[in-house]
Amino acid sequence: MLRVDNLNVYYGMIHAIKDISLEVNKGEIVSLVGANGAGKTTTLHAISGLLKPRSGSATYLQHNLLTTPAHKIVECGLSHVPEGRRVFSQMTVMENLEMGAYISKDKARNQKILANVFEHFPRLEERKRQLAGTLSGGEQQMLAIGRAMMANPDMLLLDEPSMGLSPLLVKEIFKIIKELNDDGITILLVEQNAKQALSIAHRGYVLETGKIVLSGNAAELLENDAVKKAYLGG
Amino acid sequence: MEFLFNLISGISLGSIYAIIALGYTMVYGIAKMLNFAHGDVIMVGAYICFFATMRFGMPPLAGVLLSMVVCTMLGIIIERLAYKPLRQAPALAVLITAIGMSYFLQNSAQLLWTSSPKVFQSVVGTINGQTGLKLFDGALSVSYVTIVTIIVCVIIMLALVTFVNKTKTGKAMRAVSEDKGAAQLMGINVNTTISLTFAIGSALAAVAGVLLCSAYPTLVPTTGAMPGIKAFTAAVFGGIGSIPGALIGGILLGIIEIFAKAYITTQLSDAIVFAVLIVVLLVKPTGLLGKKVSEKV
Ligand SMILES: Nc1ncnc2c1ncn2[C@@H]1O[C@H](COP(=O)(O)OP(=O)(O)OP(=O)(O)O)[C@@H](O)[C@H]1O
Ligand SMILES: [Mg+2]
Repeated sequence: MLRVDNLNVYYGMIHAIKDISLEVNKGEIVSLVGANGAGKTTTLHAISGLLKPRSGSATYLQHNLLTTPAHKIVECGLSHVPEGRRVFSQMTVMENLEMGAYISKDKARNQKILANVFEHFPRLEERKRQLAGTLSGGEQQMLAIGRAMMANPDMLLLDEPSMGLSPLLVKEIFKIIKELNDDGITILLVEQNAKQALSIAHRGYVLETGKIVLSGNAAELLENDAVKKAYLGG
Repeated sequence: MEFLFNLISGISLGSIYAIIALGYTMVYGIAKMLNFAHGDVIMVGAYICFFATMRFGMPPLAGVLLSMVVCTMLGIIIERLAYKPLRQAPALAVLITAIGMSYFLQNSAQLLWTSSPKVFQSVVGTINGQTGLKLFDGALSVSYVTIVTIIVCVIIMLALVTFVNKTKTGKAMRAVSEDKGAAQLMGINVNTTISLTFAIGSALAAVAGVLLCSAYPTLVPTTGAMPGIKAFTAAVFGGIGSIPGALIGGILLGIIEIFAKAYITTQLSDAIVFAVLIVVLLVKPTGLLGKKVSEKV
């Protein structure tokens, strides 16, 4: 469904992504794990058009992502929940969700998706008139995911959805990610929290300083000694 | 009575500043740049209306509309040609370009229309041969231009606030002003949004130019410069980026200016205006209604 081949991304002189290739098949949860600064966010930004890679290719279904303008990519059915949530803090929860449905003119369908979002995140419905900037971190993360769902995507890119959340909320968020996948949404999940991320994934990739060093079945990666040592605390 | 007269004059002048300040503040909010050529778009707007009505005999309202159309296009072209290529450039480069654009417009106007002053005829007509209202048995006379200016300003404010808060496009504008990247992920075209902002700001500049020259009829290529700077001051005063801030900043600035002229000294009125600005910014660096922006890391 999503295919990245030999991607190279630079920040000026810094070679942040070195020849990365990865693939996500329809219906999968694929986790991309790695330490701080490994290049996880950079990879996602390149996929969703916020950054221009120097070379390589990225395709989603039949779309060439590297020639598609960033604001057109969501129309292909690929939504990105960015690192740090990036909700529109001066806008209400409801307005944020409306922005999520910006590309859709079908009011009835939007209403249905909204109901679905509120079902997953009842907290958002309670706070729909509140400014997003006044939500707690966990609520903002729910809003960021809900906002992406409003575009009715077939695939979600999630960038560290567990960042800064309490263990209980992390569990909750991962449960919801699993549910979304059960609903048929394909997921590329970026996480530092390798254990959690791999435990809900079908497959995984391990990124280290811009290179993919390991990949494979998620359960096997969880058992891999190198992964255990580096990311799972021994 | 004199106090009331000055207050109304101040509000009216302030309304013009407010309309101009809206252009500064919206462009700043979306494109994060100070468009110093904005004042000169006002001047272009006034010239267009002048030629349309005086030379080509168009009715005043048609002249205003034509002037708005021309300025809208001018605003979009300026952004496309001069600012868009600098989207990733340092703020200083953009600022210098904007100042350059300002001189370019002034010099072009000089070349096209010479620097000899044109006498602008008010687009606000007379009613029963009167140019204004006489109130309190003639003790207070308020010109129609003054009244129309205030009404137009109120209408523009209400329309803009509604647009930005209630329409999808307006909300998308606010989204872009907060976070361009996240807005793009929603499918919002940032370039189109920026163009739209310049278009609205420039159309308002045309209105401001016409109102300004209706009240102060001498039209020269530098007509827009000083009101432009004062409106910029008003925008900062009210809190740059804030639409209600532009209104309040503009009106207060107009009142302060007129009162300084009436009760202190005409020569120093501008100095007083800027002194007030400095004091406000010392006390509240984000302006009256400015929000504290937390820098993103
Ligand atoms: N705008 C930028 N300019 C220069 N270098 C950058 C920029 N953004 C990221 N980098 C560098 O690129 C590398 C990869 O960064 P990236 O944000 O992709 O890492 P990450 O894996 O998402 O890390 P984290 O888990 O901390 O979010 C880092 O070395 C970082 O310093
Ligand atoms: Mg990251």
